[in-house]
Amino acid sequence: MTQSKSLLGTLWTERGSRAFYAVLLLAAVLVPVLNLGVAESSALHVPTYTVALLGKYLCYALLAIAVDLVWGYCGILSLGHTAFFALGGYAMGMYLMRQIGTRGVYGDPLLPDFMVFLNWKELPWFWHGMDTFWFAMLMVLLVPGLLAYAFGWFAFRSRVTGVYLSIITQALTYALLLAFFRNEMGFGGNNGLTDFKDLLGFDLQKPGVRVALFLASALALGLAYAACRAVIASRLGRVIEAVRDAESRTRFIGYRVENVKLWVWVFSALLAAVAGALYVPQVGIINPSEFAPIGAIEIVVWVAVGGRGTLYGAALGALLVNYAKTWFTGALPEVWLFALGGLFVGVTLFLPQGIVGLIAQLQARLRRPAPPKEASA
Amino acid sequence: MRGTQRQYLGRRSSQPKVDIANNIILYVEDVSVSFDGFRALNHLNLYIEVGELRCIIGPNGAGKTTMMDVITGKTRPDSGSAWFGQTIDLLTLSEPEIAQAGIGRKFQKPTVFPNHTVFENLELAMAGTRSPWRLLVARLDGEQLDRIAEVLRTIGLADRRDAIAGSLSHGQKQWLEIGMLLMQDPQLLLVDEPVAGMTPQETERTAELLVSLAGTRSVVVVEHDMDFVRSIARTVTVLHEGSVLAEGSIDDVQANPRVVEVYLGE
Ligand SMILES: Nc1ncnc2c1ncn2[C@@H]1O[C@H](COP(=O)(O)OP(=O)(O)OP(=O)(O)O)[C@@H](O)[C@H]1O
Ligand SMILES: [Mg+2]
Repeated sequence: MTQSKSLLGTLWTERGSRAFYAVLLLAAVLVPVLNLGVAESSALHVPTYTVALLGKYLCYALLAIAVDLVWGYCGILSLGHTAFFALGGYAMGMYLMRQIGTRGVYGDPLLPDFMVFLNWKELPWFWHGMDTFWFAMLMVLLVPGLLAYAFGWFAFRSRVTGVYLSIITQALTYALLLAFFRNEMGFGGNNGLTDFKDLLGFDLQKPGVRVALFLASALALGLAYAACRAVIASRLGRVIEAVRDAESRTRFIGYRVENVKLWVWVFSALLAAVAGALYVPQVGIINPSEFAPIGAIEIVVWVAVGGRGTLYGAALGALLVNYAKTWFTGALPEVWLFALGGLFVGVTLFLPQGIVGLIAQLQARLRRPAPPKEASA
Repeated sequence: MRGTQRQYLGRRSSQPKVDIANNIILYVEDVSVSFDGFRALNHLNLYIEVGELRCIIGPNGAGKTTMMDVITGKTRPDSGSAWFGQTIDLLTLSEPEIAQAGIGRKFQKPTVFPNHTVFENLELAMAGTRSPWRLLVARLDGEQLDRIAEVLRTIGLADRRDAIAGSLSHGQKQWLEIGMLLMQDPQLLLVDEPVAGMTPQETERTAELLVSLAGTRSVVVVEHDMDFVRSIARTVTVLHEGSVLAEGSIDDVQANPRVVEVYLGE
């Protein structure tokens, strides 16, 4: 039984996974229908900006799953996944910038507006090829992947763990934040990349294109979830969890812990990069604030709130916390950071398994209405 | 000490072969380890023969566990050398490399993977690929499943196959760790206090198991239980304050006045 179960079998027998796919499928059917198929005057109509908002949440859910894979299953508390997310986003942003062509404010056929504004005469070397979709998509994976590889190679080989590792992941994303702020870097500085017009020739303002991006995000999330489950269900998955629970013991039975960590770390960074690339066309902008260390901490809060080490909990947490954030930043913007901090403390103290853990507990209690005393030990 | 004539002992082509000319599998020579000025090992010398079952005894703090830490790469000595066979310099290898070279260890405090099942603990320890990419697609074949089933029977945990290892009793964890050692299929087994917390019957079974392993493999056992040592030992080494105080048969050692002094002086 331990190994003969197929991936589909695992996904089907696990209630959380079933619920995850049910909700995802429902959203993938309902949102397009209610947006494109229902008249705007109808109360059931889902406005296009809501489609984009929901698409953004799906990208966050994908990002949360990536963080849960390294944190919940391998014990690496990453406070730097914003780095991979934003780099993936920038690669997509560069492609979208190059699609603007002569429709920019300055009408330069080659140079994006901000370069004309800075009086640059030539396209920097790293902008070459970014007008080709497949090449840009390759960069979406390659750049964050290589950064994660280089970072992980040094960090895991030198056996940096725990709080120290978390701190250097924060430093990584902070360093990128500072670098991308500089105009000379060639990524639009403070303002970042924006004013996108179209993707693969499709107008980004069209509701149909919004719906397509939403569906692409849902598909990416569904596939990433299955891929993570496949990793966890494999023998490698058991080694990953062994590293989390007893790192040094894992070494003494012959595993190179640094290689195992590097593998999950890079895989997780790639998922974050894909999330970033899908996020940018839906929000219409990428700027250095996406690298902000606080953002990386927020992801960890999503995962903790939903329930660490379950994947579906991470997705749920991303959805709920971001819904709350959208609501707070509309109604009580100054309260949001306090609410976030309070949420984290509250969950850490009272809900160590997060919301999905609470649900599981309640279900167990319902199934056995009068718990015998000795069961509490 | 190391000669030029070579014989090889090794089962798997992926593993480095251990060159056991001179019939010696482990050389620990002149090893010293200090912790903040305190000498845990003091010019320690130890040679283990191929197929030997060696017992190491000594009062608390004598350096027995530290010696195993040096051999398995956990602690680097200040001076001295440690060789596995003629050709493998243990002091240049990492813990996983030493494990893969064929040295397995059971820890003094049983350390199993508490959130994995008994079966999964054995699967993790099983000799074979350690590469992430291969593990991602690896499936246990019939032979490997048989091997795990066999070890489950040997350690008496066949009916606890799917139990979470963290829920086992202390004695069962000891057995599980011995099972993990068997799964690794090492040529040299370092076993630190295997019978602590075991019932007399369990102790007896452990003795039988260790005796049966010796011969094809070399076994080094650290144990305080003198009855247990008497029941299995051919050669006993007494450690005291980081170096060898006496070595010989159990009767010789127990009759040695210096050993008597150390043990009575506690
Ligand atoms: N990492 C360490 N840091 C500081 N001192 C240590 C360390 N490891 C061991 N020691 C000390 O080195 C000495 C030898 O310890 P060791 O664990 O090797 O003894 P032992 O012979 O295994 O004893 P026991 O029979 O109690 O298991 C002890 O005094 C111990 O306190
Ligand atoms: Mg000890």
